[in-house]
Amino acid sequence: MSRKRTAALVGNPNSGKSALFNALTGARQKIANYPGVTVERKAGRLVLPSGEPVELIDLPGSYSFDAASPDEEVTRQVVHGEFEGESLPEVIILVLDAANLEQHLVFAQEVLELGRPTVVALNMIDLAERDGLVLDPAALSEALGVPVVPTVAVRRKGLAELSAAIAEAESHADEEAHKRWHLTLPERRLSAKMMARGAILSKSTRHTIENGVDRVLLNPWIGPVILFGLLFVIFQAVFAWATPFADALEAGVGAISSLVTDTLPPGIVRDFLTEGVLAGVGSVVVFLPQIVILFFFILVMEASGYMARAAFLMDRLMAGVGLSGKSFIPLLSSFACAIPGIMATRSIPDPKDRLTTILVAPLMTCSARLPVYAVIIAAVIPQTSVGPGIGLQGLVLFALYLAGIVGAMVVALVLRHTVTSGAASGFIMEMPRYQLPRVKDLAIGLWQRAWVFLRRAGTIIFTVTIVLWLMLSFPKAEPGESQVDASIAGMVADGLHPVLEPIGFNREMSLALVPAMAAREVAVSALATTYAVGAEDEDVAAAGVTDKIAALWSLPTALAFLAWFVFAPQCISTIAVARRETNGWKWPAFMVGYLFALAYVFAGLTFWIATALGL
Amino acid sequence: MTLDGFEHEKAARIVAVDWAILAEDEGKRLKALGVDEGAEVAVIHRGIFGTRDPLAIRIGRMTIALRRSHALAIEVEPA
Repeated sequence: MSRKRTAALVGNPNSGKSALFNALTGARQKIANYPGVTVERKAGRLVLPSGEPVELIDLPGSYSFDAASPDEEVTRQVVHGEFEGESLPEVIILVLDAANLEQHLVFAQEVLELGRPTVVALNMIDLAERDGLVLDPAALSEALGVPVVPTVAVRRKGLAELSAAIAEAESHADEEAHKRWHLTLPERRLSAKMMARGAILSKSTRHTIENGVDRVLLNPWIGPVILFGLLFVIFQAVFAWATPFADALEAGVGAISSLVTDTLPPGIVRDFLTEGVLAGVGSVVVFLPQIVILFFFILVMEASGYMARAAFLMDRLMAGVGLSGKSFIPLLSSFACAIPGIMATRSIPDPKDRLTTILVAPLMTCSARLPVYAVIIAAVIPQTSVGPGIGLQGLVLFALYLAGIVGAMVVALVLRHTVTSGAASGFIMEMPRYQLPRVKDLAIGLWQRAWVFLRRAGTIIFTVTIVLWLMLSFPKAEPGESQVDASIAGMVADGLHPVLEPIGFNREMSLALVPAMAAREVAVSALATTYAVGAEDEDVAAAGVTDKIAALWSLPTALAFLAWFVFAPQCISTIAVARRETNGWKWPAFMVGYLFALAYVFAGLTFWIATALGL
Repeated sequence: MTLDGFEHEKAARIVAVDWAILAEDEGKRLKALGVDEGAEVAVIHRGIFGTRDPLAIRIGRMTIALRRSHALAIEVEPA
C-alpha cells in the first residue's frame, strides 16, 4: 500500500521558513494558488533518509490560528484538515526563530495543541548566536514534548537531522498520543516566556545590529535620502543593464524570423509565423531582462529585511490616499512594467489594499509607453528650451509621468471611498532582522518570477497575438487596396472611429489602437504600417512615422493621443495578470472599463482645451 | 498616557488597550505580536511629517511598525 506522504512547514512570518523550504526541497517546487483565494501554495519534494519521498508544503507564515488575513486562514484550515482538496499533513514541521523564542513559542503552543506529529526546527540559530544567545535545544524539546532540531537553513545545517526526525515522527503518525491541554492566549504567553527562559543558557547584553542600522536607515531625514538613492540606482539598472539583453533577445527573434522567411515558401503559414507568432510574442519577451533585473532588486530588498523599512518610510505618503507603505514597492515596480508590479502585490496582506493597488498599477508609466511618447513628442513638440537646461520635449515627457502618478493617487483615493471602501487600511508589520540574502534563494525566486512571466507570454499573450494577426490579415485586400483597410481590424477601426472622432482622433489613430491592445508600443509600428512607411523594424518605422505625424496631425490631436496613452489599458498581458491575481474577470473588467473611460475623457479634454486655446 | 505621547527610547508598560477603537483584524494582529496588557514596549522610530506617523516600537526582541491611530489606543505607564 502506498499512500501519498505529506508534511507541512508551519511558523511565524520571518522564521526563515521559506529558506528552510528551499533548502529541503531544492529548486523543484510547484507554485499555484489555493483554489478560490489568491494565496500561494508552494509544494516541493522532500526525500527522507530512507529514500522515500514526502510532499512538503510551505504554509503561509502565521502569528495565530485566530486568522487576521487570508494567508493565516489558509494555514489554519490546512492544518485542521478543513481545506477542501488539501489532505491533512501527516507531520508538521514547526519553524521557530531561535533568536525570538519568546514570541514564536506563543504560536508554537497553538500548533502543538492540534495534537499532530510535530518536529520543531530551531531555525537561524546562527543569528541567535550573533545576537549573543546560547540556547539549549534539549531543554526546549523537554518543555515542548517534541523533537527539536537546531537548523541554519541558509547554510544547510541540521537538514539531515531534521529529515531523520520527520521520518521518525511520520512513523508515529497514526498514534493518538499527541493530545494536549488548550490554553488561553495570556497563559500561552506566560508559558512561552518560561520556556524561552529555560532554553536560553546565557545571553550577553550586546546590542543587536538592528538597533544601530535602523538608527540610520529609519532616521526621519537620512532614511528617505538613502531609499531614494537606492531607487535611483535600481531604475538606472532596470533601463541601462537590460538594454544589451533586450537587444540580444530582439536580435534572436529577428534571426529566427529570417530563418523562417528563408526556409518556408511565401504564403500564409510563413506570414503567420513571422508576423503573427514571432513578432507578437517577441514584442513581449523583450521585457524579460527588465523584469528579471527589477525582481532581483526586489528579492534582495525582501531577503535582506530592507523592504519592511522602505514600507515604513513610505507609509505616511501612501496613507494619504488610503493605502499603506506596503503598496509602495508594487507601484514602483509598475514604472518598469505593470506585470511584475501586480505580481508583487502578493506581499500586501489587506485584501482591499491589495485590490486597490492592482487596480491603479497600470496608471504608473511603464516602459512600453516610452516608445509611443517618444515618437509623438518628437513629431509635434518643438525642440525649444523653456529655461536653463530644461527642454520643452523633456518637460512634456515629465508631465506625462506626473499625470500617471497623480492619476493613480487620485483613483486610489476615490476607490478607497467607493468600490474598495472599508476601514482605513492598517499598517501593522513586524520588521524582520537584517540578513545577508543567499544566492540560491535569490536564484529560485528569480526563476519562479521569470517562469510565470514566460508562461503568460506563451499562453494568453500568444493567443491574443494570433487573434490580432488574423484580424489584421483577413480578409485579404484586393490589389491596390491597403491590407489594413480591408482587414477585420480595419472594419473595427471604422466602427471605432465615429466614437473616437469627437476627441480628435483621426482614422489612422483609431486603427493603430486595435493592434496596440497587445502592447502599447505596437501603436508605433501600427501607425507606421498604416501610413505605409513600409519599414519592418520599429526604429526605422519610428523615424518615418515621426515625419508623417508632424505633417498630418494637428497639435491638439497629438496631445490627445498622448493623454489617451497615460490612461488606456492597452496591454493584454496586464489584464491577464490582473485576472490571475484577482481570481476572476470581475476586477480586470472593472479596471479596463474605468481606464478606458478616463482615457476617453482626458484625451477629449486635452483635445478640446488645446483647440480652444488655438494651439 | 498613550503610547503616542510617550518619550522616545523609554521603556513603557502597557496598562490597557482600547480594543473597541481598533479594527478587528488589527486587534488580532497586535495581540498576536504580543501588544497587550502587561507587555513592555519602547517607541524607537517615528516618521517625519506632522503627526510623525508611523511608529516603530520594540517589544521583546522584535521591532514592529504601527500607526499613530493604533498607538492612541494603547495606554501606557513608565516601566
